[in-house]
Formats: sequence, structure tokens, C-alpha cells
Amino acid sequence: MTKLNTFEQAVATYEPVLGLETHIELDTATKMFCGCSTAFGAEPNTQVCPVCLALPGALPVANRAAVEATIKIGLALNCTIASWTRFARKNYFYPDMPKNFQTSQYEEPLCENGYVEVVVEGEVHRVEIERVHLEEDTGKTLHVGGTTGRIHGATESLVDYNRAGIPLVEIVTKPVPGTGALAPEVARAYTAELRDIVRSLGVSDVRMEQGSLRCDVNLSLNRPGEEWGTRTETKNVNSLRSVERAVRYEVRRQSALLDAGERIFQETRHFHEATGETSPGRSKEEATDYRYFPEPDLAVMEPSREWVEELRASLPELPRKRRERLQAAWSLGDKEMQSVVNADAVDLIEATVAAGSSPAGAVKWWLGELSRRANESGEELTALAITPAQVAELQGMVDDGRLNDKLARQVIDGVLAGEGSPAEVAAARGLEVVSDTGALEAAVEEAIAANPAVADKIRGGTHAAAGVLIGAVMKATKGQADAATVRQIILDKLS
Amino acid sequence: MSRIIDKTAAELAADIREGRLTSVEVTTAFLDRIAAVDGTVKAFLHVDRDGALATAAEVDAAVAAGEELGPLAGVPVAIKDVVVTKGLPTTAASKILEGWIPPYDATIVERIKAAKLPILGKTNMDEFAMGSSTEYSAYFKTLNPWDTGRIPGGSGGGSAAAVAAKMAPLAIGTDTGGSIRQPGAVTGTFGAKPTYGGNSRYGLIAFSSSLDTPGPVSRNALDGALLHEVISGHDPRDSTSIDAPVPPVVEAARLGATGDLSGVKLGVVKEFKEGADAAEPGVIAAYEAGIEQLVELGAEIVEVSCPSFTYALPTYYLIAPSEASSNLARYDGVRYGLRAGDDGKKSLEEVMSLTREAGFGPEVKRRIILGTYALSAGYVDAFYGKAQKVRTLIKQDFERAFEQVDALISPTTPFIAFEFGARTGDPYQMYLADLYTIPTNMYGGPGVSVPVGLSEGMPVGLQVMGPVLGDDITYRVAAALESTQDVLLADTAPEIEGI
Repeated sequence: MTKLNTFEQAVATYEPVLGLETHIELDTATKMFCGCSTAFGAEPNTQVCPVCLALPGALPVANRAAVEATIKIGLALNCTIASWTRFARKNYFYPDMPKNFQTSQYEEPLCENGYVEVVVEGEVHRVEIERVHLEEDTGKTLHVGGTTGRIHGATESLVDYNRAGIPLVEIVTKPVPGTGALAPEVARAYTAELRDIVRSLGVSDVRMEQGSLRCDVNLSLNRPGEEWGTRTETKNVNSLRSVERAVRYEVRRQSALLDAGERIFQETRHFHEATGETSPGRSKEEATDYRYFPEPDLAVMEPSREWVEELRASLPELPRKRRERLQAAWSLGDKEMQSVVNADAVDLIEATVAAGSSPAGAVKWWLGELSRRANESGEELTALAITPAQVAELQGMVDDGRLNDKLARQVIDGVLAGEGSPAEVAAARGLEVVSDTGALEAAVEEAIAANPAVADKIRGGTHAAAGVLIGAVMKATKGQADAATVRQIILDKLS
Repeated sequence: MSRIIDKTAAELAADIREGRLTSVEVTTAFLDRIAAVDGTVKAFLHVDRDGALATAAEVDAAVAAGEELGPLAGVPVAIKDVVVTKGLPTTAASKILEGWIPPYDATIVERIKAAKLPILGKTNMDEFAMGSSTEYSAYFKTLNPWDTGRIPGGSGGGSAAAVAAKMAPLAIGTDTGGSIRQPGAVTGTFGAKPTYGGNSRYGLIAFSSSLDTPGPVSRNALDGALLHEVISGHDPRDSTSIDAPVPPVVEAARLGATGDLSGVKLGVVKEFKEGADAAEPGVIAAYEAGIEQLVELGAEIVEVSCPSFTYALPTYYLIAPSEASSNLARYDGVRYGLRAGDDGKKSLEEVMSLTREAGFGPEVKRRIILGTYALSAGYVDAFYGKAQKVRTLIKQDFERAFEQVDALISPTTPFIAFEFGARTGDPYQMYLADLYTIPTNMYGGPGVSVPVGLSEGMPVGLQVMGPVLGDDITYRVAAALESTQDVLLADTAPEIEGI
């Protein structure tokens, strides 16, 4: 394998073109074409019926709630809603697909031609939406007996059809050129924005870790002024961070191949969380011919314009509006707000403020210390083992003078380690600010005695020199003193 | 005639309701007839004596208790094996479903059970309803009760032969290109393919989803109409089901039986009389004699042109196999039915292939291959796509015709029952059996076949085609034609050899 280029080298020579396909499981009560429950986590094959098991003779009936949810998504993505649309069969054999065809949409999707705008590093990127269509999910196959959990080497395969037939919305972007070095961030920002839009509509829980939002990342490279290159499709990239990493990796990999004069194969690739790399799956050039044709078991759908307008009127506040509202409420500048959005911290900060924290405190923790921790452990911020309520509690303790920043960071250690709430951690670890003025005054006296030259400077009016004494007091109190209080005592004594 | 099995369903229902016969007596008579005759005719794949008698006993108890009963309560019925019956083996005459016991009932079976018709059993057919002779059953051939050296038509040869041999007064068939009407014609029975969407397809093992239609098989139009009304009506589980009132077919059959067709305008399709694929002379003679009778009853006959009908057969053999290739993909050995070659060493793909290789017969494979080809990239527009356009033209031909006439008539099938093996060597010769019935399926309207006469001692059927949801006119014309027969043609079948 050719040695990878650095990302910077790659984007200096090539222009990436992105394309994103996102699958979102709707959280309708029942499946797309039958009355079975869609609840997550039931015993295998308990949420099935003749229709979703594809027993001979069974017929589908489309779920109106799923059609409605898809139209809402389309409207929120600025799409045109079809006035005549139908389902189509996508034919291929796979054991987790009971009919051996997927009921999907082909030439007549429910929604078309929309866009989403995302802001990355102060620049607005418009991602055009090609189509939003409705289809059904497949079951899940579990390969048993091998070492990898993949079909290769397995002795048996078990299929769970509970997921088979859950409504799935597929959102496909048009190719996104012109993002340059920001391609990974744009891909991530788009996915996050899409997720937030769908969540705001209340039609899916869009949890990437549960697979209710799944991303396929298409990427090609071309030299400036040349035609677009051959694209690869990296499948099932299942976190925001992975979307970014997958783009970054493909840019580096493809550029190295192109530099070496090799060609890019149109293929699907798998993303590996552990290494951040992609590896080839099946090649599209020998791919299945899906033999699409209109689904004869389902009636054509003609969403009335009145219905569409009703749905449009019922749309809730969309993320962009909400962000504008929150930015004003939190008194943040554009750049600061953008950092909040990029860190995926809007919900977290909102919840933290709702739990009683000042906006400034909430922003400070989530963007500062907690973002740093998430980065260190390679986790999403939302996955950290600390809740907005706990962060609000922590900030409350700081506001009350019970913790200083240094102690608060130690309290965070304890909370993340599962030792309990901030108050419990502070109590258990003995992390409270020393507020006993007598003890502090003694420590200050000691510090003055040990640093007579510094004390003289302060007496001479150089208040900045107090830092040395404060440092000494903090050391003596193992950091558990409130720096402002100590400073005040020092100045009182030396002026 | 004094035997129970010679009575029509309408007569039997009245006898049961009014206490002259019990349903157990009636059901037993047909079960006994099956025991006596079906060793020869082989119309049934499965007989459910206990189940049928249990329902019969329920009906008798209800009669004794003075309960209100449906118009066919207690009259037994046979069901084509392509219709799913809870707890009763359902195979579509395919090895791939051998031993499968459905956990649910088709909507039409639910309705038959609700109307308390004892179910005698499941009838033989061409595998997955693909064929015109029942020779493609994976289990055995069914013989024509009129001449046991000849085919009983297909795909519903079992249902037609059961009714023709008086093993059942009524049967359920399904019609995708003629599978109710053509067996009716060649066995001297009545068969109706209702308007597409008029009868639920839920629980009908799919062959071609946009064409399949379940309907009644009987000895006369009134019996067929009575069964039609039992199974018809909107079904929310079938989204192609029409939400409209059921056409008044029983009333129409009664009206037709009065023998008055004055004011009824019937169209003869010009294109059916032309070309190399035209009907046998004996069939044409019987059909033309039928036309004369219709005229005597007061009908006006006009010639209408339906130029696209010429393309109906090739169009059908693109659309139906295309849909079938997808509908039959589910038979893969993973969830139910046959699984072949699973020795623990083979891959899933190999097991799927071996299962389908072993489980499907030659005609089914032929159509899966045809359909897969017609839908494949690079060909789909020229084949499947073009066929859909022609289908639209055929519909338009019908719609134009029904601006001029109330119904169209034709022979049901170009030839009388042929001898076994006569057409299995050349698929096209077999496909010609549905030449006159296929246009109706492409259009979605109703069509019935009613016995009109004999040729070479074998029955000939006349087809009546109506507009969408105009099922009633087809029954009226058929019943009127029957009124000209002193003895119902269906009752003139010779007794089966060796009985």
C-alpha cells in the first residue's frame, strides 16, 4: 500500500467532492408496511408477522405516519414534495431481507431538491439535497462461530427480523464540491445539522450509536480544473467524529494513490472505528443489478397540497432559528456560538442553563474542560459520563465560592470516574475551598515571612507581585483556598 | 336427478336453510364423491374431511337454533392451493412449499369461514399458477372429467375438475391471465375473474401482483355470483383493493336467468377473429351458435376494434414474469418451506441456490429467468417499460369499447381441452390457451366464462368481458345464455370412467 499523504499535502493538490447518504429510522409506533411494533431491544423475532416475515400471500400497506414524517423532513430540508409518488422494489438476495427485495423508492421519491446550510469556520456552505425517500429497514444478521463476527469464518448465521420493516428515510445530497480543506468539517457539520433538524421534528430519536441514524460517505478527488474523480462510498459511519475521520482518511488515501498514478476504484468501503481507516468492501463495478420496478402491491401516493401545507405550518422551530434565539439569550458572539455548535454542545448547554447554571458558566465548562476531556478520550461530548444537571451543580458550587476552578476540575475527575454527583465527590475527596479566615490568615503570614522582598514590593504599590504570595498560600493549602480571598487578605495586610 | 351432488349450490343452501338437508349430509356426500372419484381425477392436493364436517355440524346446530345464516351457509367449497389457509397445507403445487402450514388465513378464506362454508380441501394447479393445463403441478396431473386423456385447463385445473366431477359444488380459483376462465371453458363449468381489486389478494400467494384476482368456480352463474358476494369487498390489508360497493352480481344473475337481454349491446372483438392464432373451427362454431342465442334473447351484437389486443399476449409475458421474478424471490429456504443442501459446509448463497434449483419446476424457472431478464439494467425500458405502455393502450381499447357496448364477448380459449403432453414441448403453444383471456387481466376488468356448447364432444366456453366494476353485466349475460340450455351443460358430463 502506498504511504498516505498528510491531509494538508492532499488538499494542497486535490479538491475533494463530498456526497452524503444518510439513513434515519423513524420512530413511528408501527412498522412501515404492517402493524408490528418498532420498539428497540425486544427479544429477537418477537415483533414480526406474516407481512414483515414475507410469508407467502402477505401484502404491505403503507404507514401514513411514516409518509407524514418523511414529508416533514423534506419540508424542513427545503425540498419540493411530490404530488405523485410511488414505491419501487429493489431486488437482491440477502437473508436479513425477508422478501429478497426491499420496498423503497426509485424514480419518484417523496421529496426532492432541497438544501441545508451549515457554517464552518465562519463560512456558510450550502449542501444541496437531491432526494428524500421512504423505504424499509432490513433485519439483522448475527454471524456466530467466527472470530470477527463477520460472515467469513462463521459457522452459523442467526437472523433477527424485529428491525425488518421499520420505516427508514434516506436523505441523499447532491455532490458537494468546493469545500477544500474544510471537507471533513463540512461533512460533520452537515450530519450534525441534519440530525438536529430531524430531532427537532420529533420523528426519530436519531441516535447514531443505536443505528437510528447511519451515514454513508462518498468522496472523490480531482485536481483543480479537472473533472471530478471516481468516488468511493464508505458505509455505516456511525458517529459525527467518524464522519469527519472517514473523509479525512479517504482524502489522504486517495490522494496518495493518485500521486502514484494509480486509479481509484468505484467501490464501497468499511470504516474502522479503532484505526480511523477504511478498507474495501464489495466492488460496485461487479455490483448487483437491483432490477428496480414500481411496487405493484402498493397504491400510488398523491399527497394533497392542503395536507403538505398543513404539515408545513405545523413544523416546529428548526435548529437554525433555535440557535439564533439561544445565542441572543446566552449573549454569545458569532464565533463563540459557532464553537458551541461545532462542539455539538447546544443541547448540553441549554440543559445546563435550564438546570440553573449561568450561560457563561455552562459555556465555559462544556467548551473548555469537558471538550478537552472528550478529545483526550476520543469520545463525543454527549457521551461523557457527566450530565448537564451535574455541570450546573458544579457551577453552582463555584458561584457559591465552595469550589475554585482547580478544585472543580478535580471534582470533574471524580464525576467522570463514576464517584457520584459533584457534591458527593467534593465531600468524599475533601475538595472544598478553605474558607476558615483564621487558617488563611496564618498561611498568608507564613508566606509574607518567607518572602520578605516580595512583601516589600507589594507595600511599595506593586500589587501584581501578590501572585507569588498567592501561589505560596495555595501550595500550603493544597489548592483549596479561594484565590480572590487570599489576595484580599494579602493586600489588606500589606497596605 | 336426485343425488345431493347434482344440486346447485343455491339449491343446496336452500335445502339446508329450510331443513330438507343437513350440511353434514351435504358435506358428507361431496366428501364421499371425492373418495370415489378423486383417485382417478386427482383434483385435490389435500382433503380436510374433519374440518369440513366440523363446520357443517356448526351450521346444522345454527339451523336447529333458528339462527340467521348467510346465503351459502353449509354449502361446501374447495379452495385452490394458491390461497393461504390457516392450519391447512398450502403449497401452490410447488415442492418449495411442501409441508408448509400457514399460520394465517387469506382474507377471502376468513370471509368463507365467516359465511360458514365447509372447506373440503385444497385443489391442484400449475405450480405458482403458471400454466394452462395443470401439468406443471409439482405433485401430479389432474384429469379432465369429460375425457381423462385430456387436460382440465390451468392453472386452476383442480378447482374446475372438482366442480365438473361434482366433488364440490363450488370452488375458489385465481386468475392472472385466464386461470379461472380457461379451465372453466375446457371442463364445462362457470368461472369468473372479478374486477381487479374487487376481491382481496391478501393471502393469495402472489404470481403477478398487478394481475392476480381470486374468483368463483361453479356449475352456473348464479352459484358463482353467490360465492362472489361472499368473498368480495374492500380489504384494508390489500392496498390495491377497491373501496367501492360490490357490484350486484347475484341480482344480475337472477335477472339474466329470466332470459331477457333486450337493450343489451354486446361487442365482438374484430382482432380476435383474425390471424394465425385464431380459434379452432369447432370452437368458433359453438361460439357463433352462442351468439345466435344471445341475439334471440334480445341482445344487439356489434363489431368493435381493439387493435392493441394483438399485443396482449407478449405484453403479458413481460409483465407477469417480471413481477413473478420478484414475488418468488422470498422462497429461499431461510424462513420456511424447502431447504436443500444445508450440510453445514455450504454458504448461505449456495444453500439458497440449491433450494431454488430443487424447489422450483421448469415452467417457474423459465418465468423467473424471463422476468429477471426483462427487468435487468439495459433491458428494462425495452421490455418491462414498453410492456407497461402497451398495457395502457390495451386499457384504452377497453375503455373506448365500453363507450359503445355494455360488454364484449369472445370464445374463452382458442381450443378445446388438449391431450396430455400436447403443448408442454413448446411454451408458446401452451401460452396461446390464454390468448382471449389475457386482455381482461391487463385492463383489470371482469370476465366470466360460461359453457356454450360442445366441439368434438368436449365443452367450449364463451367469455363475457365487462368494464371495471361492471361485474354484474358479465353475470347477467352468462346467466341468460344458460337459460337457453334445457340441461346445464355442466350437468351433461359423462360419468368418469372406472367409477
